[in-house]
Amino acid sequence: MSEPATDHGGHGDPNRRDFIYIAAGAAAVGAVAMVIPPLVDQMNPAADTLALASTEFDLSKVQEGMQVVIKWRGKPLFVRYRTPKEIKEAQDVKLTDLKDPQLDSDRVKKGKEQFLILVGSCTHLGCVPTFGAGDYGGWFCPCHGSHYDTSGRIRKGPAPKNLAVPDFQFLSDTKVKIG
Amino acid sequence: MSDHPSTYEPKTGVEKWLDQRLPIVRLAYDSFVDYPTPRNLNYWWTFGGILSVCLMIQIVTGIILAMHYTPHIDLAFNSVERIMRDVNYGWLIRYVHANGASMFFFAVFIHMFRGLYYGSYKAPREVLWILGCLIFFLMIATAFMGYVLPWGQMSFHGAVVITNLIGSIPVIGGPILTWLQGGFAVDQATLNRFFSLHYLLPFVIAGVVILHIWALHVVGQNNPAGVDIKSKEDTVPFTPYATVKDGLGMIFFLILFSIFVFFLPNALGHADNYIPANPLVTPAHIVPEWYLLPFYAILRAIPDKFGGVIAMFGAIAVLFVLPWLDTSKVRSMRYRPVMRWFFVIFVVVCLGLGWCGAQLPDAPVVPGLPSFTLFDGEFNSYLWLTRALTLYYFAFFLLIMPWVGLKEDPLPVPASISEAILAEHAKKKGA
Repeated sequence: MSEPATDHGGHGDPNRRDFIYIAAGAAAVGAVAMVIPPLVDQMNPAADTLALASTEFDLSKVQEGMQVVIKWRGKPLFVRYRTPKEIKEAQDVKLTDLKDPQLDSDRVKKGKEQFLILVGSCTHLGCVPTFGAGDYGGWFCPCHGSHYDTSGRIRKGPAPKNLAVPDFQFLSDTKVKIG
Repeated sequence: MSDHPSTYEPKTGVEKWLDQRLPIVRLAYDSFVDYPTPRNLNYWWTFGGILSVCLMIQIVTGIILAMHYTPHIDLAFNSVERIMRDVNYGWLIRYVHANGASMFFFAVFIHMFRGLYYGSYKAPREVLWILGCLIFFLMIATAFMGYVLPWGQMSFHGAVVITNLIGSIPVIGGPILTWLQGGFAVDQATLNRFFSLHYLLPFVIAGVVILHIWALHVVGQNNPAGVDIKSKEDTVPFTPYATVKDGLGMIFFLILFSIFVFFLPNALGHADNYIPANPLVTPAHIVPEWYLLPFYAILRAIPDKFGGVIAMFGAIAVLFVLPWLDTSKVRSMRYRPVMRWFFVIFVVVCLGLGWCGAQLPDAPVVPGLPSFTLFDGEFNSYLWLTRALTLYYFAFFLLIMPWVGLKEDPLPVPASISEAILAEHAKKKGA
């Protein structure tokens, strides 16, 4: 190879070779930056997955003192018809006794306190808590021993938060729309 | 060794022709035939070869299983059952693959403990050790995703628990969890991508294994005396000495492998995984596969969710920096009278963590013994035993390693490998 005809070292005006070098480098960086978002975002929930995000439920199917488990967004959803005793237990708890303080009235709809609707996924690592078990009459998670009360609030064990209440609204007295 | 000159001489015309174009036969000859091997290697050194065979078995059986498996939530369980019942020799291939994973981990644990005892991570073998740690981490990821594929109860809820670990990261955990699962829960999208990655990662492992062997051949093998190769008297050619020794070790290993495949094929698995996945019911007692139990125990030992995740990953991460935690100049623990006892305790602690990982945290260790509540759990429970063992696990690397290395008086280290062997012979004759 012969010596380059022009000096393209650090000093002097940038010549054509420097320009091509910088332009090609910038284009390569830009191209990589443009390729990353589609490659990453394809892993996020697809449109059809998001479309299945809400469901309706007929509350006449659940009897007092029982719960019905339905599937919502791939997770179990607890629909519990609480007895007056269970409601009173949930309301009488002092907020200072709670790990994740929240009033029972903030977790149900006013006038429909008997219906408690929760995502049935333990806030520790996502196992499905068992109905009616545990020290507080609510739920007990068999995986790592979290106890929930009759409002689905965490009382004992490794779970950091209360069982989540999904967005829901009453369409009629017996019909509820979740999500 | 890097300074080992090639002694390969192509004999036939074809070999000469190829050698000038792609010296692949030369590479194989220099690496596995004439390669100088320390003459004092013991049987703990046969596990490297055994592990290569494990990887090959997993890849071959895995490719075959993928020909018959369907990665769909409604079909996966049945396709695995079809492999077991209808596909010709499907039962054999699946049992070899499933037990092969256990055998792979059994061998890798021995391989790692060997490296730990003989100081194989110390200069100049740091990169070699780190590549090994990387392979171990990839193995865990691969094994976990493989366990999800049959879509049984343990598969499903194991996947739920482990992916939810990511969700514990503050702020960004939630979006990352949704991204990883491809939805609001472990579902079709999750199974499909796990299948894709489970197929990919073994080849990534194979690639890192090549780097691992490359690094090994640059710095040379360590040996039980932990001293460098100094002369030709210290080594023997790889073939026949190491190949035959590796071969014998492999035969015994494959006998053990066969005992599991043919007589105890489900002994290391969990019965709940023969129940199809049901997102609405969690099995009463969730446990990972045995080889992940020590890490699972560490996860549960920490009362804080995110802290537990940090500790669990930290237990693996600490291995990566091990070369810089050990302050001792002596490689082999043969000549480290204090450290070897801490090592023995460490092995027992690792086994103990595995035992604790399989127990319910609240269960008493000694039933019937009176106990008292310490902070958040009964003192006589696996929770507190696990915590004590976890503490030793980390103390071993972070406190004992640096401290003992500085304080300990090592025994005299032999001047060379050949001298170490002669001294051993003399001791045997005298006795």
